[in-house]
Amino acid sequence: MMDQLPALQVVIPLLGALACALARHGGVAWFIATVVSWAMPVVAWLLLSQALSGGTISYSMGGWAPPWGIEYRVDALSGFVLLLVSIVGAVIMPYARRSVASEIEEKNRAWFYTMYLLCLCGLLGITITGDAFNAFVFLEVSSLSTYAMIAMGKDRRALLAAYQYLIMGTIGATFYVIGVGLLYSVTGTLNMVDLAQRIPEVESTRPVLAALAFIIVGVSLKLALFPLHVWLPNAYAYAPSTASAFLAATATKVAIYLMLRFLFTVFGVGITFDSLPITNIFLVLSLAAMFGASIVAIFQDNLKRMLAYSSVAQIGYITLGIALANHTGMTGGIVHLINHAMIKGGLFLLLGAVVFRIGSVKIDDLAGLGRKMPITMGAFVIAGLSMIGVPGTAGFISKWFLAVGAMEHGWWWIVFLLVASSILSVVYIGRVVEVVWFREPSEKVAEAKDVPLDMMVPALLLVAASVYFGVDTRLTADIAALAAEALLGGVR
Amino acid sequence: MEFVEQIVSHYNQWITIFLMVAGLYIVVARGNMVKKLVGLSLFQTSVYLLYLSPGKILGGTAPILEEGFEVYSNPLPHVLMLTAIVVGLATLAVGLALVVRINEAYGTIEEDEIFADGEDGK
Repeated sequence: MMDQLPALQVVIPLLGALACALARHGGVAWFIATVVSWAMPVVAWLLLSQALSGGTISYSMGGWAPPWGIEYRVDALSGFVLLLVSIVGAVIMPYARRSVASEIEEKNRAWFYTMYLLCLCGLLGITITGDAFNAFVFLEVSSLSTYAMIAMGKDRRALLAAYQYLIMGTIGATFYVIGVGLLYSVTGTLNMVDLAQRIPEVESTRPVLAALAFIIVGVSLKLALFPLHVWLPNAYAYAPSTASAFLAATATKVAIYLMLRFLFTVFGVGITFDSLPITNIFLVLSLAAMFGASIVAIFQDNLKRMLAYSSVAQIGYITLGIALANHTGMTGGIVHLINHAMIKGGLFLLLGAVVFRIGSVKIDDLAGLGRKMPITMGAFVIAGLSMIGVPGTAGFISKWFLAVGAMEHGWWWIVFLLVASSILSVVYIGRVVEVVWFREPSEKVAEAKDVPLDMMVPALLLVAASVYFGVDTRLTADIAALAAEALLGGVR
Repeated sequence: MEFVEQIVSHYNQWITIFLMVAGLYIVVARGNMVKKLVGLSLFQTSVYLLYLSPGKILGGTAPILEEGFEVYSNPLPHVLMLTAIVVGLATLAVGLALVVRINEAYGTIEEDEIFADGEDGK
């Protein structure tokens, strides 16, 4: 059983999705999805602790030895991301029951949970696989189920958002697969470890450089790097609340993981950072995201869209860590990956609670809501502070590492820009705080009250985590540091 | 002359590139949502050729041990593309389903008309 854990990580949600589809009944499907998604963190935790104590786990799918068969690999970084994705997936489930019941028609509920589990399966698959083409397949499994989830949103604009995402997501995935194809035609292998060994022999040939370009652009589309982010705001804004929270916390993070894998493990720092201007490209785009998207966020009336733009800005921080490409900076990027997942997941869940009570997330409708839903809005403020990066919260830890990483390069101006962009997030979070706490309750919110416990606890858990990891960084920063070391050292 | 020869001898690659760029152009340039999907499909199809043509050796056969055959083509790209075809099919199906729903909700599948509706689609 223990030997088969890597396969179970992916197979259980896949079979769970099938069971949900066959169940057809919303309640039964919810139960199946909950059981499955609660099993996932256990598996992920066992895998991570095994990988941390006994070194990288290599599993041959179907008994076919790599590099011929598909290899599943778990090391510090992938185990870490597996744990993150599965925990978020599990925490959201109890919340989902009421939220989905209020936002999605009865006949579609079972399908929603089917899509949810398929998406979970795809995201875990991308993370665990050591095979470049297999990653593409899982990328499409998660993307296709995401399109369907987004399209289930109540607003008809959800359909447009899903369509736009489908077009851009497919272009991104196809770019990725073109890159993998070019690599395969030059090296004759799809296994990531094998690729890493063979690429140095052919590293300056044109197909390899073209492959690198295709893969970077393709994955950047998926992770919503600044100019390629246009699909994200609408997709998050109009998706059902549960889906918004799940996607905001996991989907882009897994894409960033894939980017890290290719930049550092497959191509290696020698090609990507030493001889090509990738640092400069990522630096400019990350800073553009941190400022551009934050400024746009300030002017949003729809709070879900505001958070979505803020996600684009926060992804900028993570890619900034990648651009710094030194140990501290990378640690900052990876630790922000987990911190931001907690913070944004929590914030989206809280907004979902607002939708559940008053059916709107337009800022003007929420005047005085703080007095009617004090716990929800109080938690919103705490999570907001953590996103801003107030000392004592998780957001501060990531920004601290990024700032120190930048200083190791001697780039003082980046530290100033980090602070400046945090001030922008003070503005858009502050705007919400002003409206919900310092205005007289409007008629719209007169009936509102805090949501039931099963919705409140998951949201509060994520918010609590976003504070807790600001104090105790053993689980986040220490493992992130290990992962960063492994990435910068090449394959281990 | 050498240049022409190079083009002719790599004609499969040129077809791949033509399909790829044509598909991507349709996606960007057309406002009709079904036409966009057709372009997207064309773009994905070009990838099949990208994988398959380097896998084929002229005169090679399928990799089955049999006397008299010594040159074999690589079978792996075919298997990979079988998967990619399924993925492409699923994408097209989801895309078309979305277009049907958009047509029901908006009464049109022209992007200009939907965005001209006054709602913030962007």
